[in-house]
Formats: sequence, structure tokens, C-alpha cells
Amino acid sequence: MATEALAPPATGAGSRIKSELTQQRLRAARWFLVPMLIALAVVAGWPLLRSIWFSFTDASLNNLYGAEWIGFGNYLRWQVLESGTVRWRGLLVDGAWWNAVWNTVRFAFTSVFFETIFGMIVALVLNAEFRGRGIVRAAILIPWAIPTIVSAKMWAWMLNDQFGILNDLGMRLGLLSQKVAWTAQAETAMTAVLVVDIWKTTPFMALLILAGLQMIPKDIYEAADIDGVHPVKQFFRITLPLVRPALMVAIIFRLLDALRIFDLIYVLTPNSVATKTMSVLARENLFDFDNFAYGSAQSTLLFLLIAVLTMLYIWLGKVRFDGGDR
Amino acid sequence: MKINTLLVGLLTSVTLVVGSAQAAELSIVSGDTGNGLAFLRSQLDKFEADTGHTVTVVPMPSSTTDQFGQYRLWLAAGNTDIDVYQTDVIWAPQLADQFLDLTEAAKDVVGDHFPSIIESQTVDGKLVALPAFTDAPALYYRKDLLEKYGKTPPTTWAEMEATAKEIMDGERADGNPEMWGFVFQGNAYEGLTCDALEWVMSNGGGQIVEADGTISINNPQAAAAIDRAAGWIGTISPEGNLAYMEEESRGVWQLGNAVFHRNWPYAYSLGNGDDSPIKGLFDVVPLPAGDGEGARSAATLGGWNVAVSKYSPDPEAAIELALFLSSAEVQKERAINQSNLPTIEALYDDADIAAAQPIIPAWKEIFQNAVPRPSAPTKTDYNEVSSMFWSAVHNTLSGNGTAAENLELLEADLTELKGDAW
Repeated sequence: MATEALAPPATGAGSRIKSELTQQRLRAARWFLVPMLIALAVVAGWPLLRSIWFSFTDASLNNLYGAEWIGFGNYLRWQVLESGTVRWRGLLVDGAWWNAVWNTVRFAFTSVFFETIFGMIVALVLNAEFRGRGIVRAAILIPWAIPTIVSAKMWAWMLNDQFGILNDLGMRLGLLSQKVAWTAQAETAMTAVLVVDIWKTTPFMALLILAGLQMIPKDIYEAADIDGVHPVKQFFRITLPLVRPALMVAIIFRLLDALRIFDLIYVLTPNSVATKTMSVLARENLFDFDNFAYGSAQSTLLFLLIAVLTMLYIWLGKVRFDGGDR
Repeated sequence: MKINTLLVGLLTSVTLVVGSAQAAELSIVSGDTGNGLAFLRSQLDKFEADTGHTVTVVPMPSSTTDQFGQYRLWLAAGNTDIDVYQTDVIWAPQLADQFLDLTEAAKDVVGDHFPSIIESQTVDGKLVALPAFTDAPALYYRKDLLEKYGKTPPTTWAEMEATAKEIMDGERADGNPEMWGFVFQGNAYEGLTCDALEWVMSNGGGQIVEADGTISINNPQAAAAIDRAAGWIGTISPEGNLAYMEEESRGVWQLGNAVFHRNWPYAYSLGNGDDSPIKGLFDVVPLPAGDGEGARSAATLGGWNVAVSKYSPDPEAAIELALFLSSAEVQKERAINQSNLPTIEALYDDADIAAAQPIIPAWKEIFQNAVPRPSAPTKTDYNEVSSMFWSAVHNTLSGNGTAAENLELLEADLTELKGDAW
């Protein structure tokens, strides 16, 4: 609706009355936007600016209002020792932070990669005509419908080394020679988190891709069939290009989500360096360690990183959010 | 019957509303383990009946690290919803600014409590919280299994390791593949700091940061103690132990799948509960000693306290509740029902407690020699110190580097965190 209202007025032979009507609709549309803009400024803009401001101060949780401006010290500062050596300090040279960045990026890209592939497969299956399709479509949404905390706890029990059903099954089927502590060991912890996240969010991907698939006119496939085009070729030449806009939007949604990953990791794995992500680290500094300013700096960098990645993605992928291709 | 009770309840509440204008609605947080919440509720019911106030319990996660983050957030925001907080013994210096000074309100009763505990809750002359119970861990062992293999309860870690291995192997050969030698708290959180402090201290390796603020953790005794613990993972302790907190390790133990178990006294009454498969089959001894110079049995001092938020809209009623929860009456009930150690000295001679929970009189001495975590010298940096320590230990347990390497890095990190002074 909004795009329609904001479209340029009809040119050439368009009557004066029509253009006045357009103007009026445009004005009304702007007024309708005001409450949303105010709400956004209050619930998103203000906290964001405040966090950024805190990252340039020495704020602590016991003293939020008396925080003093210290400039870029939380990000980078140096100290010249008596011997003349320069010591660099701050977030930008903090090994723990870059380890968390690496963990987050690795998690986000792996998880979204597999979700996209599985989501596509599920969507293709659901797009086919078969009996009971409605029920299957509803059933496939269940993992997505369960709150993350609940599914994380559920998986934590299933993955438990002593009582977990996965170890029990593995032992009975002879796949495992001894019980594995999936979430406790550094080597398997990240994989365990990935499996749970992929299980949980594949339905979301499938749903968005399915919506894209349903927009493709059936007669294109009929024409292709008559011309004797192989189904695999049909998929790469027809389905994939036509579903691409929906797919790109779905990927960016999931990527934004995955870069902020917190709950799953916090519940599922011990607080170890192998799985600590940016959000987990920021929370720890903000609340546990009383390094409120340092935690704010980490949140700010997390925000910047997500913003830059999103812009790059939109620019490189030529994504349009109104469903069309640029 | 039901209608009668209802009627009486209704009438009393009406009289109370009319009779005393100061009946308050209070909230208390609790992240207790086992059946602690049910116990707290039963005590609060008494409090409500006595005073006419109503108290809501807000349940919290049982991990003390998780609780701290939440309380921090609420207190920083000046949250008025929670009146009374239950606080870990290590939090007093970090949260002192956010709680009311209870010195005046508690002046008649402080003398009954152990002075060291009152001292631990006093920051710059301000009594931040009142003690509800204290804690010092025990080594739980299976009497029946030790008897079967002709063993005595171990007094050193080496002995514990050997006994655990022998019984575990024997039981597995006998047809229980689930059997493990020793379970403890190995997840990367505050609990691991407690466990590892015991290993280090019992091996004569100091207490991470000494009372005068010196960083002492990087020493061969400490490294040897942590390396020994790292050797348990996958041999006498399951790999999953790296992710266990109190309740997970108690799960393995209480199902009868462990020979030894390190835990706080609360696990004593739960293990002897009617639904417990190991009821009557276990006993406790002090934690084993290490070897080398200065080796001794060491137990980390724990314990919980009640503090009143300075943002409470009804501070007087909240203080009343805090005094009630730390009173001898509630502590006695706690000791009998929950096997929590009292902080009131006289209760250790109480015949009812001794009969119900023999662990308690026996624990008086252990608790008096318990080792405090370095929360007093490191002040507001304690959580970060603890996190660095448990990370170094968890890394070693998971096989990322030796204890000596990790402790060297830890010392460098701690020195930097300390700066000129804690």
C-alpha cells in the first residue's frame, strides 16, 4: 500500500484532480508513519545511542549516571613503558574479543548455509501436490514455534552424556563405542550448537522459500515440460532465478539473527572459549564483570559489524525488500 | 473442611487489613537447588501467618553466576519489584551500594552468628546481608561399595583416585557399565572456582589471590593439583563432567552411578530422601588432602545470605522478613529439612538437628577451617578474577594446554587486571 501511495504521480495526460489526490494520499501516508517513527526512536534509537555513548565513558553498573567521557579508551589505548616499549590495550587488540568474533561469524555462516540448503529441499517437497500437505506444512513449523530457551533445554537433555537419548540410541545401534559429552567437549560443542540451530530455523527458511516458490506461475513449468527440459535443469534455470529474491531476503533475516546468537549457546554449552560469541562476551562484561563501558563498546562493535555485513550483502546481492529484482 | 479453612483465612485477612495498616506485599528471589523452593515457601507461610504480610517468591536459575547477572541488572535499574535478595557469600563487596545497612536492625542478633560470616558480609562498616546458612563441601562416598571392595574412605586425592578406579572397574565388570568413580562440578562457572580452589589449596598451592592482594596462583603445587584433576576426566569422571553444575553431578551420584561425589551439604538430605536409590548407602568425609608441602584438607567456604534492596518500597517489612529468614528458628528448620549448615553457633549443639542430620555437628570444624574465595581482596573485580581462574582450569581439564601453561597466562591476565591495586 505504502509503495503505491509513494509512487510518482502519473505523468503526461494525468488530470489535475488525480495528482491532487496523490498529493493528499502522500501527506496522509507521512502522518501515518509518524507514530511508528516515534516508537522506533524511543525503543531502538535511544537505547542504541545511549549504548554507543556509554562505550566512550568509564561507566559501571553501580555508577551509570556519573559516567565520565574517556574517548576511545575502551576501543584502543596505549601506554609507553619506562623501557620505551608501547603497550596496546583495549577492545581492538583483545584476543578474547576476536576469538568471539570468529566464533560468531563461523557459527552464523555455517548455520545459514545449511539452513538455506535444507530449507530449500523442504520447501520444494512442500510445494509439490500430495495428500496431507496441510498437515505436513503445519508439522514442519513445530521446531520454529518452540521458544529457543525451551528447545535449547530440551536438546541439552537429549545430548546429555549420561541420560541423553542420542547417546543411548548411538550405543544401542552400535554407532558409538562410548558415551560422548556433546556439549561439554570443545571439539563437539560448536557442532552441537549448530545442529540445534539448524534444526530450529530450517522451518523458517522453508516457509519463506515456499512463499517464493508459490509465486512462480505454473505455466512456465508446463512449457518447459512440453519442451522436454530435464527437471534438474528446470530447477537451476527456472526455479532458482525466480525464487532468488525471496531467498535473498530469507538469508539476510537469518544472518542478522545468527550474528546475534546468545540463548542457545548460553543454555547449551559451558561458558568456554570454544563457543563464546560476541553477545555472550558482551553480556558477561556488562553484568557479571561490572565493565559496563567495555561491554557497551563490544555491543557497539557488534552492531557495527552487523550493519556493515548487512549493507555489503544488500549491495552485493542487489537485494530488494519489496519482492522484485533490481 | 475446605470451606471452613477458606472462611477462616478470609476472616483473618479481613481483620488483618482492617487491624494493621502496615501489612505489606513483599517479593523475594530464590535460586535454590533441590527442594529448596518448597521449603522456603513453607517458612514464608509461617511468616505470613505471624505478621500479616504477604510474600511472593520469584524463582531464579540455580547457577549463582546467572543469578548475579540478573540481580545486577535489576539493582542497577533501581527495580522496586524485589524487596529481599538471597545473596551468595562472595557478592557483598560488589553489591554493597545497592543494599540497606542492616547493622541497626540486627544489633540484637549478630552476636549469635559466627563472627567470620558477619565479617564477610560487612563492607566498610556496613552490614550488607544477614546470613541464612553457611556451606562447606563434603566428599560423599558409597559405604556399601567401599565395604564390598574392602576400602576405607580416602584421606588424600591419590587414594581417592585409586579407590575410585578400582571400584569403578570392578562394578563395570560386574555388569554396571554406567558406573563412574568421581563426579564434581566441572562446568565453566563459579562452582568450578570452588572445586579448583579446593584442589589447589589442599595441595599447598595457596588461594589464587592472597588476603593481602598478592597473586599467588602461578606455582608448581597449584599446577600439579589442577593437572591431577585433568587426569580424572575420561578416566574416573565422565567427559560430560566438563559441563556439570551441582544438580547435574548430583543426578549421576544419586542414581547410584558414582563411587565418590563432591558437593555441598544440601545433597545429604536429598540423597537420603525416600525416593533416592542410594538412601542409607552413603556417608561423608572431609575432602581429601593433596601431597607435598602445606598439603591439607581444604573446603571452599560457601553460604547464602539475605539482603534488603535499597529500592524496596516497604523497607521495614522487608527487614522484618530478612531477620525472620536468618533467625535461629528458620535456620533450625533449614538444618533439619535441607541439611544446610546453620550460621548460629548454638545450633551445632542442638539435639534435634544432630538426630536428623548427623552431618551438621560433624561439619562445624570443617566449616570453621573453610577457605574463603578471594572476594574480599579483589573487591569489585572478583567476578572477573573468578572467571579467569575457572577458564584457565576448564581449559586444562578440557586438554587445552597444561596447567603450568594456563596458570602462567592466568597470572599475566590477573596482574593486568589488578593494575596498581585491586
